[in-house]
Amino acid sequence: MRCLPLGAMLCCALFCLSAEADPRTHEFMLDNGLKLVVQEDHRAHVAVVQVWYRVGSSYEHDGVTGVSHALEHMMFKGTKRLGPGKFSATVAAHGGRQNAFTTADYTAYYEEWSADNVELSFDLEADRMRNLIIDDAEFKKEINVVLEERRMRTDDSPQSLAVEANEAVAYLTSPYRYPVIGWEADIKNMTAADLRAWYQRWYGPNNAIVVVVGDVAPDAVHALAKKYFGPLAKSDIAPPKPRPEIPQTGTKRVTLNSSKAHVPYLVMGYKAPVLAQAVRGEGVAEWEPYALDVLAAMLTGDDSARLKRNLVRGSEVASSVSAGIESGARLPTLFFFNAVPAEGVTLEKLEQAIVAEVNGLASHPPTAAELERIKTQVVADTVFQRDSQSHEAMTIGALEAVGLGWKYRDTYVDRIKAVNAEQVLAVAKKYLVPQGLTVAYLLPEQAP
Amino acid sequence: MISVVSRVLWVCLSVMVSSAACAGPRIEHWQTANGARVYFVAAPEIPMIDVRVVFAAGSARDGAHAGVANLASGLLSEGAGELDADAFNDKLSASGAIIGFGAERDMGGANLRMLADDKSAQSALELFVLALSKPRFDAAAIERDKAQTLVGLKHKAQSAGAVAEDLFYASLYPGHPYGAPPDGTASSVSALTRDDIQAFHRQYYVARNAVIALVGAIDRARATAIAEQISQALPQGERAPSLPPVAAAQAQDKHVDFPSIQSHVMLGEPGIKRGDPDYFPLLVGNHALGGNALVSILFNEVRNKRGLSYSVSSAFVAMAEAGPFIAELQTDRKQQDQALAVLRDTLGDFIEHGPPPGSIEAARQNLVDGFPLRVASNQQIAEYAAMIGFYDLPLDYLETFTTHVAAVTPAAVKDAFARRVPLAGLTTVVVGRKANDEPAP
Repeated sequence: MRCLPLGAMLCCALFCLSAEADPRTHEFMLDNGLKLVVQEDHRAHVAVVQVWYRVGSSYEHDGVTGVSHALEHMMFKGTKRLGPGKFSATVAAHGGRQNAFTTADYTAYYEEWSADNVELSFDLEADRMRNLIIDDAEFKKEINVVLEERRMRTDDSPQSLAVEANEAVAYLTSPYRYPVIGWEADIKNMTAADLRAWYQRWYGPNNAIVVVVGDVAPDAVHALAKKYFGPLAKSDIAPPKPRPEIPQTGTKRVTLNSSKAHVPYLVMGYKAPVLAQAVRGEGVAEWEPYALDVLAAMLTGDDSARLKRNLVRGSEVASSVSAGIESGARLPTLFFFNAVPAEGVTLEKLEQAIVAEVNGLASHPPTAAELERIKTQVVADTVFQRDSQSHEAMTIGALEAVGLGWKYRDTYVDRIKAVNAEQVLAVAKKYLVPQGLTVAYLLPEQAP
Repeated sequence: MISVVSRVLWVCLSVMVSSAACAGPRIEHWQTANGARVYFVAAPEIPMIDVRVVFAAGSARDGAHAGVANLASGLLSEGAGELDADAFNDKLSASGAIIGFGAERDMGGANLRMLADDKSAQSALELFVLALSKPRFDAAAIERDKAQTLVGLKHKAQSAGAVAEDLFYASLYPGHPYGAPPDGTASSVSALTRDDIQAFHRQYYVARNAVIALVGAIDRARATAIAEQISQALPQGERAPSLPPVAAAQAQDKHVDFPSIQSHVMLGEPGIKRGDPDYFPLLVGNHALGGNALVSILFNEVRNKRGLSYSVSSAFVAMAEAGPFIAELQTDRKQQDQALAVLRDTLGDFIEHGPPPGSIEAARQNLVDGFPLRVASNQQIAEYAAMIGFYDLPLDYLETFTTHVAAVTPAAVKDAFARRVPLAGLTTVVVGRKANDEPAP
């Protein structure tokens, strides 16, 4: 029931340093189109089961924004077999942890518990994949919970409002302009019928990926998947019509004057490509998204990175700054900068300092030491990330949900290692340009 | 796909009762030559090592210099020994390791996660030890961190939840070190000097005041060597004295006018210490009441039945001295009176009449069956090992956890709540709409 902002998640969990697929990971396809990916981790007798659906706010349209997320809430409110609350009670009674999350590209549900309970997960998840009941009275209460969630996450947070405004302005025709949780009016005017239609349209075995990571035997999990998900009927899933972002031809700006803000805030986003475009043959070279990842790491990856060194220390114009790109997103995205100015520094000056760092790349190209550090860290992360089963499952599920496939995880280190300084400069020069930039200023304002 | 975020290893020191527990990792314990307490768990499966070093150096030790613990820990990565901040961070980055520093009320300290091979581990450990033992506290870095902290305080003032939390602790702990905000106030932070910071570090970042937790693909001999390397770099010093006891609860009613759409509501009073004899009845009872997300009594009453809040929960924050019991929610300011009434009534009912039938059995089962999840990762095990050491909990705390949980009866829960959470002692903090204002717009 969390709602992750666009671009929250795809931190690649990697462990296999060769281009070979990881031998611990196994994939299966059921006859009804459900994809199952199982990964063994025998450190403890626990498992995480995640069920992913290829639907999120980027599948939505005007008037029903937030419907994917609202539906996620109602997935806990009962089926033909289990009354409201019974799903959660059953999981809790077996020592489980459970929740769900929605992003622009996918909606996912999970249980974490003893590896003995994988069968129970499948039983429960197969039931709500097909037999959900969206009751009017339950919906009426739950939509108020969603409104409270929006107030908590966004409306009472000036910085979140600035990020939301920046995305809504940056994208003119791309569905990435919608907030994952939806616009307030759309949530208020949503009906149980909207959710039923959305459920019918997107929830079916051939639009789902099941990921299991834990102390399990892949073939046994496959057999259980066939038993519980196998009998489910396929849906007619029509992929969303393409809504490509029309080319941007100049910098866009939005200002939020807020009496609730005490601290100014800068958001900058440059239109940038993603790996899925390269795979779909949309005119993006495959190395470009990797080079953008390296660029982001060079700028703010850790405390040695350029913006930390030059703007937080150095000139001290920034109190904090971060940059990044969701190169694993489904659709073209933003290479973003978020920054808080040091006391007394204007947002204009901070923006100029960030742009100067970007423009300065040509005269101060990535050094061998910088590239080496980034590659060392990526290799170390492949080891560190094995510590979290849910993180491992999340990476697999996200890669599958955006159409890349989990095997991209296992080639990631080699692709990053192959990035050279010229490529980093090339993507900076091509994408971090004024024509593709959207800037949001959050300015504190005295209350009247 | 590079996880920019994952390179930041936060020192998350808060230890809630509602997230305690573990099954069976075997903890080995010893002391270093100069008195640091070591807690080691061998975890050979992944070729990496987690090191967590915590000192009784939280904000409860700030004394007259509110914010000094926070600043002292934050400055550890801003240059050490011969290395200025740039050089230190370049070397750390090149090692591939991740270091995080932080301080809360009881603890201050640092985490290190590194690869287990000799070359990686040696360079990372050298930097980690240097940061803990020989921070430079350069004047420019101090001014910069102070300025960043002041911006952080202004940012905090934008959030009803953060304002409520500070006011809640101040109300529960008047005159006690827990009453002050861990990051200080604008005036206290502005007044901090290099001498204050150095004196704090000299007194508290010492071997006898340290707990070193080690989890990873190493044997006892290598763990011993790592612990000695850390410990010997520190002066022996003295363990910090006990904190003053917390005075009995004085119920208060605090309402702050705040321009948020949602009001943040907190109810509570001083609760329990780590190692308290009532710990398990209160843990299990609270799990039923508001600890177990999605299915707790509070979640059902406030969210499932009435749709009043997205997030509602309760917890005992067990600390070195009596940490708070907290029940909290956020709700649209227009309906805050209703939400507060439901929160109060549900809590009152639970305390006066005891837990509803079946609820304690369900909470027990969830805690017992869910126990392996709590120690499934090296990171979790390192956090528990450090907690056990810091609070002098028995070494078999994890091994006996489920036995203790399983022994809790509904009658024991009722008895413990009646004694430890007296309704007459409950303080209410509401940040949002003032009580007697019109509930609009």
